[in-house]
Amino acid sequence: MMALLEVKDLQVRVEDREILHGLTLTVNQGEVHAIMGPNGSGKSTLSHVIAGKPGYEVTGGEILFKGEDLLAMAPDERAAKGVFLAFQYPVEIAGVATMNFLRTALNAQRKARGESEFSTPDFLRKVREVAKSLNIPQDMLKRGVNVGFSGGEKKRNEILQMALFEPSLCILDEMDSGLDIDALRIAADGVNALRSPERAMVVITHYQRLLNYIVPDFVHVMSRGRVVKSGDKELALALEASGYAQFEDAA
Amino acid sequence: MPAVQETVDRVRRIDVDQYRYGFETLIESDKAPKGLSEDTVRFISAKKNEPAWMLEWRLEAFRRWLTMTEPTWARVDYPKIDYQDLYYYAAPKPKKQVASLDEIDPEILKTYEKLGIPLREVAVLEGVVSPDGEAAPERSRIAVDAVFDSVSVATTFKAELKKAGVIFMPISEAIREHPELVKKYLGSVVPTSDNFFATLNSAVFSDGSFVYVPEGVRCPMELSTYFRINERNTGQFERTLIIADKGSYVSYLEGCTAPQRDENQLHAAVVELVALDDAEIKYSTVQNWYPGNSEGKGGIYNFVTKRGDCRGRNSKISWTQVETGSAITWKYPSCILRGDNSRGEFYSIAISNGFQQVDSGTKMLHLGKNTTSRIISKGIAAGRSQNTYRGLVTAHRKATGARNFTACDSLLIGDKCGAHTVPYIEAKNASATFEHEATTSKISEDVLFYCVQRGLSQEEAVGLVVNGFVKDVLQQLPMEFAVEAQKLISISLEGSVG
Amino acid sequence: MSNLFAAARDRLPGKGKVADTRQQAFEAFERAGLPHRRIEEWKYTDLRALMREVKGLAPRPDTTALARAKAALARLAIRDAARLVLVDGIFVPEFSDLAGLEAGVSVQALREVLEDAGSQAAADLLTVSATDAMISLNAAMATDGVVVGIADGAALARPLHIVHVATAGSASSFTRSQFTVGKGARATLVESFVAADGARAYQANDALVITVGDGAELSQVRLVADADDAINITSQILSVGAKAKLNLVNMTSGGAVSRLQGFITLAGQGSELAVNGVNLLKGTQHGDTTLVVDHAVPNCTSREVFRAVVDDRAHSVFQGRIIVRPDAQKTDGKMMTRALLLSDEAEADNKPELEIFADDVSCGHGATSGALDDDLLFYLRARGLPEKAAQALLIQAFVGEAIEAIADDGLREAVMAAAENWLEARV
Repeated sequence: MMALLEVKDLQVRVEDREILHGLTLTVNQGEVHAIMGPNGSGKSTLSHVIAGKPGYEVTGGEILFKGEDLLAMAPDERAAKGVFLAFQYPVEIAGVATMNFLRTALNAQRKARGESEFSTPDFLRKVREVAKSLNIPQDMLKRGVNVGFSGGEKKRNEILQMALFEPSLCILDEMDSGLDIDALRIAADGVNALRSPERAMVVITHYQRLLNYIVPDFVHVMSRGRVVKSGDKELALALEASGYAQFEDAA
Repeated sequence: MPAVQETVDRVRRIDVDQYRYGFETLIESDKAPKGLSEDTVRFISAKKNEPAWMLEWRLEAFRRWLTMTEPTWARVDYPKIDYQDLYYYAAPKPKKQVASLDEIDPEILKTYEKLGIPLREVAVLEGVVSPDGEAAPERSRIAVDAVFDSVSVATTFKAELKKAGVIFMPISEAIREHPELVKKYLGSVVPTSDNFFATLNSAVFSDGSFVYVPEGVRCPMELSTYFRINERNTGQFERTLIIADKGSYVSYLEGCTAPQRDENQLHAAVVELVALDDAEIKYSTVQNWYPGNSEGKGGIYNFVTKRGDCRGRNSKISWTQVETGSAITWKYPSCILRGDNSRGEFYSIAISNGFQQVDSGTKMLHLGKNTTSRIISKGIAAGRSQNTYRGLVTAHRKATGARNFTACDSLLIGDKCGAHTVPYIEAKNASATFEHEATTSKISEDVLFYCVQRGLSQEEAVGLVVNGFVKDVLQQLPMEFAVEAQKLISISLEGSVG
Repeated sequence: MSNLFAAARDRLPGKGKVADTRQQAFEAFERAGLPHRRIEEWKYTDLRALMREVKGLAPRPDTTALARAKAALARLAIRDAARLVLVDGIFVPEFSDLAGLEAGVSVQALREVLEDAGSQAAADLLTVSATDAMISLNAAMATDGVVVGIADGAALARPLHIVHVATAGSASSFTRSQFTVGKGARATLVESFVAADGARAYQANDALVITVGDGAELSQVRLVADADDAINITSQILSVGAKAKLNLVNMTSGGAVSRLQGFITLAGQGSELAVNGVNLLKGTQHGDTTLVVDHAVPNCTSREVFRAVVDDRAHSVFQGRIIVRPDAQKTDGKMMTRALLLSDEAEADNKPELEIFADDVSCGHGATSGALDDDLLFYLRARGLPEKAAQALLIQAFVGEAIEAIADDGLREAVMAAAENWLEARV
């Protein structure tokens, strides 16, 4: 069976600096991969390049998603194909009500896939259902996207979108940053509820803590723009005990 | 806050309405006949032993000037100037050719001593306390060019600068000794036809400073010029030209004073800066010309054209000004951001009290790609003064990635003054990002009360608040200037609270 | 230019003092000529270059013209309002909702008032305090307009809607209206500028004098949707009384060249002013909003927010001046201008001015100019929105914040729809 995501020997530059120097990663359907590594190791760059953020220059390698060349696609095409990035710092969009945003985005994706648009009652029912499970009050959906939201609310809004758009690949970029333990648990429960045999997840994190809640199938350690070690969840625990320093030189 | 306390003490020592620098030096002077004609221009040129090309340059400017009219767009109001009723040249009469500092008229030297100018190569900065209360670094050294009325009387540290390859001399000398540099750059930033006052200056300028910093040289000390107007009915028209060649750096300080007189005196200077690739020029001014008395009589009319050309890639020009003097100030130190990635800065404190009128600001002309500029302007109006910030920020079509940040804040002290903000913001391409903010407010009664309740006098409290208000700009000044400027600020606001 | 006035003279209503006032006004215009870039107030809108000449007076609309105007009126989105219709500068009672006026509303045609009496009072209708060449020209040439009065204490349920319809080609119209809101009254005034099919290259010059009485509230909405090659120069002179409120929303999306110049005086203590301006410009459109807010008395509040969305080679101009007079203590005046440039050849010029003569004030302005935020765009695209749709959503939000200031639901939706039409035409 074809892998869901194949990153092959990826080399990426930002301005004049190479950030990723030949990164390889394969993710199959239903798998949860954790990517760990110290600050500046290239974790967030990887997530941005997969989602298609401008400002990164891919100088070598390729990314295949369901066998297609992901790098040739615009960011919105990737989203419609099922790539979802939960942002480390979700932006605030003043003046665009969350509800309006959700519907516009969902219908844009469906349209791109040649599916029919959601009817308003169906859409509302679906949003309410998901919002309730994530403990997101209705009133939050009327406000501007992320405007005035707390750190926890912003992350829950990301998970809400994940649940609504039903992507086949979710990339969670430092989902735990800025969250206290209770907010983290709610967010993690939301993510776990979305685990399924069809869906894969890439969880990017600096700390092992998050992986107590979202238990990965595979753990990769990144350092200086490469994956330097891969293993199972035990690797994360080992890292917690010994730190990243041992890998700094290995890279 | 030791510096604030010092300021307050200083204020106490001086009677209200006493201009500290308003003494007159009694020396013989050598003047051109009153009035302005081609003959005046020829007289000045001859006095300076100028080559024929320079005379031609001046005459062309003079002829152009005859066709021009005085600008009226600024928010300043003054009686019509009779340009025929002024002297255009006054030099301290030399007893003989000046060969060294010792031969300069002791009266003039005394004047500079009273001004506290380190003309002699001595540590005049001992005991100076920085705004943070730290002692000054050991013996900051500053090379000084002193201009008395229209003539440069002394330049210090010449030998040491020469060793570094830096040329620092009166422009009159530079015209004779470095004609190739002067010819190449004079009028290349402010053309002779630029504006009424600049054109007048081009015709009749008598002296000023010339600086050339060669490629890759970091000027080993601060360069400084002190201007002083002494003669009655005399216009002062100095001309400064600074060229920073590739990869060089220079910091230049300018101080100005004039004696107290009942009649108005005209000052129309031109300053041109040229920064080539990777070069940086930092230009700081503390302007303290006589502002006129408490009835609004007398004072300097200060019509100045200052412009820097960031001609090379990655070049940088930074203007910092503390304007506390002059009856009328008309002054817009500007940057032409021509080189890609070049940067312009303008930091200004403009204080007006009594009947002073200030119309000052800057222009940032973004021509090159990825050019950046920053404008921080602090205007303080007290008494019956009018204080206007006027600024232009423009990004041309090809200036992609241009960025500007502007903050102009005004503070009003008393209800008889005016504070005005007139920004022009012109974006001609989508990738230019401009941010501009302005506020006008008065000193909070709550803050004043808080200070007074803690034992400060009303005047001390105002001094404290104002010093806080202008802090961002003071920090841009070289330290010894910052201390002087801080004192000046408090002195100029004297008597503004009731 | 003298021909312009001489040729029109027979068609300009009013004798005696009215005719004298017109004569003087035209002489004032002739002395100044069309405003140009050396006139500071017109620095960014040089009519000598943009307009070149003032075209001759549009002919009185004939039956065909009126039929075309009627078709244009049928297309208007704003329906639930009492319409007062001017076609090519002439008030048309049969298109106007005179029968449906609420109690306390009086409407007269300017032409009738001027013709009835050549008195000073009539002549005063052509006189305003502001000095400006285009206002002088309007006074000289005004053919008609409406004189509207709202009685003290009247609270109108429906908006009044002044509609200017152009049907002529290559001709000028000059209208002048007066709108007086009595003490404690509440009203909504909508103004629309629209073109009938086939109306080309016309020039509209409108002047409106608004007085908001003490304790009154006026909500004013302007929609400028002129023909692509038309020129619209509008001057408004507004005075707001004590504890009165004026809420003005202006949206310009049409016309080759348009300028709204407003002179607003906060004349009574405790008055509140809110202005929201939107320019939606593309092609080679030139849109200028110039406002002078004069705090003449203490304790007044003014808020102005100008937004520009500029595409292609269009040019947006915002000039806003807040004046605080010497006695106007406790003034609270703030102004913000935001320009969104969608193309590398678009241009936005901002001149936010403060002119302050009183010390106990809190005044400020801010101005930003730039392209759409890349981070926001990326976020939306990562959620599946195509580029143009992502842009449209952000622009809609940007414009929507201004339109939110309209309290009336139906009106707000109609204005939002007009903005959306502009956006859709872009995608």
